[in-house]
Order: sequence, then C-alpha cells, then structure tokens
Amino acid sequence: MKQILSVVLLLAMGWFLVGLVPLGQPTEPGRVAQHYIDNGIDENRGANLVTSVIVNYRGFDTLGEVTVLFLSVAGAGFVLRRRDGLVRHEHRPSSEILQTGARMLFAPIVVFGAYIFVHGHLSPGGGFQGGAVIASAVMLLLLADRSHHLPHGLMHWLESMAGFGYVMAGVAGLVVAGSFLSNQGVLPLGTWNRLFSAGIIPIIYILVGLKVGTELSSLLDVMIDTGRPARQEGGRS
Amino acid sequence: MMYLDLLVCLVLVLSGVAAMNTRNLVSAAVMVGVVSLLVSYLFLRMGAPDVAMTEASIGAGLSTIIFLIAIRRTEEEER
Repeated sequence: MKQILSVVLLLAMGWFLVGLVPLGQPTEPGRVAQHYIDNGIDENRGANLVTSVIVNYRGFDTLGEVTVLFLSVAGAGFVLRRRDGLVRHEHRPSSEILQTGARMLFAPIVVFGAYIFVHGHLSPGGGFQGGAVIASAVMLLLLADRSHHLPHGLMHWLESMAGFGYVMAGVAGLVVAGSFLSNQGVLPLGTWNRLFSAGIIPIIYILVGLKVGTELSSLLDVMIDTGRPARQEGGRS
Repeated sequence: MMYLDLLVCLVLVLSGVAAMNTRNLVSAAVMVGVVSLLVSYLFLRMGAPDVAMTEASIGAGLSTIIFLIAIRRTEEEER
C-alpha cells in the first residue's frame, strides 16, 4: 500500500515537472533578463555577463550568500572545536608519494585558484570557484602532513577584512552613486575585456575568493584535526 | 556528441542508484562524487561553464572529501 502510494506521488510530481519546462526548448528571457543581456556590457564592461549579474545586479544577494557561508562555517567550527582533554590522533605518516606530490602541487593549485577569481569578470569562474580550488590545495597539504597547522590568526584576519571590504565597496557605491553596491562612478569602468576593467566587480570577487578560500580551509583544518574524547575512567565521552 | 550525452546520463543514473543501494559508506560517497562530476559535464554541455566549475570543485571535490572525513571520524568513535 505504502509503495503504491509513493509511486503515485512520484508520478504526480513528475507530471508537474514535465509541465513546468518543455524539454529541450530554451525559454525566452523575461524583461529583467533581457535588460541584463542588452545593457550588461555597457553598464559594467565586464566580459563575463554572469559575473556582472552575480556581483553587481544581484550583489546584495551575493553578500547574503557570503554571510550564510560564514555562519555555517562558524557553526561547524563551534560544534567541532578542539576541547581541552582531547587526545590528539596519533597519525600514521602519509606516504612519500603523497608528501612529495602535495609539496609540488600546492603552489600551482593556489596560483590557479587566484587566477580564477582575479579573472572572474573576464572568463568563467569567480570568487566561489577560486576559493574552493584554494581550499582543495590546503586540503592536500593537510592530508600530506597532519602535524601541519594553519595560521588561525592570519586566516581570521583575512576573512574578516574581506567581509568588511565587501561591505565597504557597497557603501562606496551608496556614497558616490546613491545606491548600495552600485558600480557607476566608484571606479573607472575601463575598456571591455581588459584585466583592469568592470569597476568594483573584480575587487569584490577577489574579496569573495579570499573569504571563501579561508573559510573552507579553516573548516577542513578543524574537521581533520578534531581529537577524539579521551577514554576516561568515568566512562563519559 | 548526442550519444556521449546519453551515455553520461545513463552512467549518472546508474551511479546514483548504486550510491543508494551499496552497503559500503565509502563507496557510496565516491559514487555521489561521480554523480557530481558527470552533472558538471552536463552543465558544461548546456553552456553554463560557471555552474560547471562550481559543481566540479565543490560537489565532486570538497564535499566528497568532507563525507570521507566524516565517515572515518564516526567509525573511529563507534569502535
């Protein structure tokens, strides 16, 4: 009975989904999307229209996303924090191949991540993707050498400065152009498809990249390094 | 290209089903990572390279690793 009910429910949901979007047919952009397509290049001079939408037109939304990421990482760090009386794991040293490979690959991967978020307004990618790539480099380093520790003071300082800078870029738009996160008149827009173009968009994406990279790296550090409770006599763990 | 896309879709569905049915948690996590990787290929084919990069780096890379770390951690605690 339950199985029949779930099959009927699934079929009904599938029928609604089929009605939602005709398969294989691109839908016409709405009026707002049409405005972005027609005027996005002129208004922002960013070669990557997706970045223009994410960082400028929907910049406030992105600020909220960054805040959500910060809150979730802070919550995970609170739950998994290192308590007193925990025994550190006694690690088996990782293999020679992993250690040498991590040492060789760490710098190129970090540079690649920085390239992704610095060129976010020109090519696909941006702060979130670049930050994730940097965090994967840090993860490789942590897996190769468990005794390695991230400089937490520096990480927290970078992260809070990046968030502060994002809000300050928005306030600069508020002061100069009269609307929060506006891109008009804060910085010169420059020439289309150059590295120094698109006003405050690359600056904001660099800040987002630093913030995402440091947040995910410290989350991985906390997760890898949390000790297990000491086996106490009272049996509490 | 069309047949390659269909093949990718087929493997995607199969690895999703395998992730649900396997009893081994580690291979289930790896299967979920495979699903993310194939989905990122499909995003690329449909002209969304930004989304494809996010899916490949976060879905296939970081979250798989976080699953693996969590699985190992919980097994250690239960022993």
